[in-house]
Amino acid sequence: MPEGDRKIRVLVAKPGLDGHDRGAKVIASAFRDAGFEVIYTGLHQTPEMIVSAAVQEDVDVVAMSVLSGAHMTLFPRVKELLTEAGADDILITGGGIISEDDMEALHGQGIGRLFGPGTPTGEAIAYIRDWAAERSGRANQASRSWEAP
Amino acid sequence: MSTIELKPENQALLERFRAGKKVALARAISLVEDERPGFQDFLHAALETPRFSKRIGFTGPPGAGKSTLVSALTRAFRDQDDEVAVVAVDPTSPYSGGALLGDRIRMNDLATDPGIFIRSMATRGSLGGLATTTKEVLDLMDAFGFQRVLVETVGVGQTELEITGAADTVVVILVPESGDAIQAMKAGLMEIADIFVVNKSDRPGADRLVKDLRLALHLREGEALKDVPAHHGVDLKRMGVPESGTSQDEGQSKGPEWEIPVLQTVAHSGEGVQELLEAVSRHRAFLEESGLLLERREARAAGRVRDVVERELRRVAWDHAGVKGTLAEGVAGIVSGAETPYSLASSILSELLDSGTK
Repeated sequence: MPEGDRKIRVLVAKPGLDGHDRGAKVIASAFRDAGFEVIYTGLHQTPEMIVSAAVQEDVDVVAMSVLSGAHMTLFPRVKELLTEAGADDILITGGGIISEDDMEALHGQGIGRLFGPGTPTGEAIAYIRDWAAERSGRANQASRSWEAP
Repeated sequence: MSTIELKPENQALLERFRAGKKVALARAISLVEDERPGFQDFLHAALETPRFSKRIGFTGPPGAGKSTLVSALTRAFRDQDDEVAVVAVDPTSPYSGGALLGDRIRMNDLATDPGIFIRSMATRGSLGGLATTTKEVLDLMDAFGFQRVLVETVGVGQTELEITGAADTVVVILVPESGDAIQAMKAGLMEIADIFVVNKSDRPGADRLVKDLRLALHLREGEALKDVPAHHGVDLKRMGVPESGTSQDEGQSKGPEWEIPVLQTVAHSGEGVQELLEAVSRHRAFLEESGLLLERREARAAGRVRDVVERELRRVAWDHAGVKGTLAEGVAGIVSGAETPYSLASSILSELLDSGTK
């Protein structure tokens, strides 16, 4: 399979204690219809569970839905654990009730784009596709490194 | 065994795989799953030291509780200190090519145990209940050193039976709604079980299904009336009805016999899981004592070789420059009636065989 045809694997996770998973389900279905392989882990995920699943499933992207207001802790924590696990090439993205300022601050910490309420699903899909295309462009120049940092 | 030079990035991956890094296992699985360049060489190198994990397959209709039971059993194996790998297969959409892999939801309490590795696979067009490369992924997990490798098929109907070529022990999971006595007598899914489980047994109809399954099994074994009380006081067994019958599995006529158990579970409460665990170990012991384990492993090995040869043959045939030309030039002849698909296929085959002998 040529690099460009590689299936994009996305973990859709719902961290935290709130039970509002409609958004995560909508985005998981939209990703499936976009041709992604979506691993859906359901509600009440801890960052440790998310990272363990992301590593075992060798996903390209972790997409988290955070509505509880805990995004400033959850996103960086997942980033930190992924780096520890030697999988820091995974894109972290997501959505929820997150202010523009917080989005920018998180972006500064290596988190990808975050999407607010009302974003058309197509926007998130296009973002992930572009990211994957750019990455495979990079991979063609220098083969993806398997080495742990 | 011949050594093949791996691509440098795959060599690095192999070293980390051998060092027991989970990230390396996960990435090796992707290499195989995507059939990326060099994946066969990687498998060859990784499988140099087969370890023969105990492989258990789980199959049954959608929503029967396969993932929940796998989860419960995995937990039980962990209590025995076995390291467990799980592959869970879910379908790929034929329309979008995408998939929603949701089996992990039922396995959340296993998520952070370092002795457990769970991988979801999408079928990617394969129709046998497993993904195209699931068997190879199981081999990788075996080589990585897991003592138990569990595989769960997609929700199946009657004829997705590839699991038999992937596991030592096949557990068929049904629910009370799965059907009646006639369903239980049908060919296909009902013939591949080493162990039957009627899950969700707290629902009405469970006892009926268990009875029907036992009856169907005894019919197969030629002992239909074993558990059935004499009808109108007539005991057929005393009337000279022959007891002998042909067993459904070759190799069972000699040595110990395996009577397929029909168990009842309620997976989400854990009821019956202990009995399932015991049945699995009894089947294991039977496989070893009867020599059937070796037979199944050999059959599996033969199947794997056939798969690899077929995959290569297809590649060689359709990548062959001459064949491409012959096909492209010949199709017009078929449409105009000068040739048939069979005459053109025949010339392509001779072309391939000729180029092979040169």
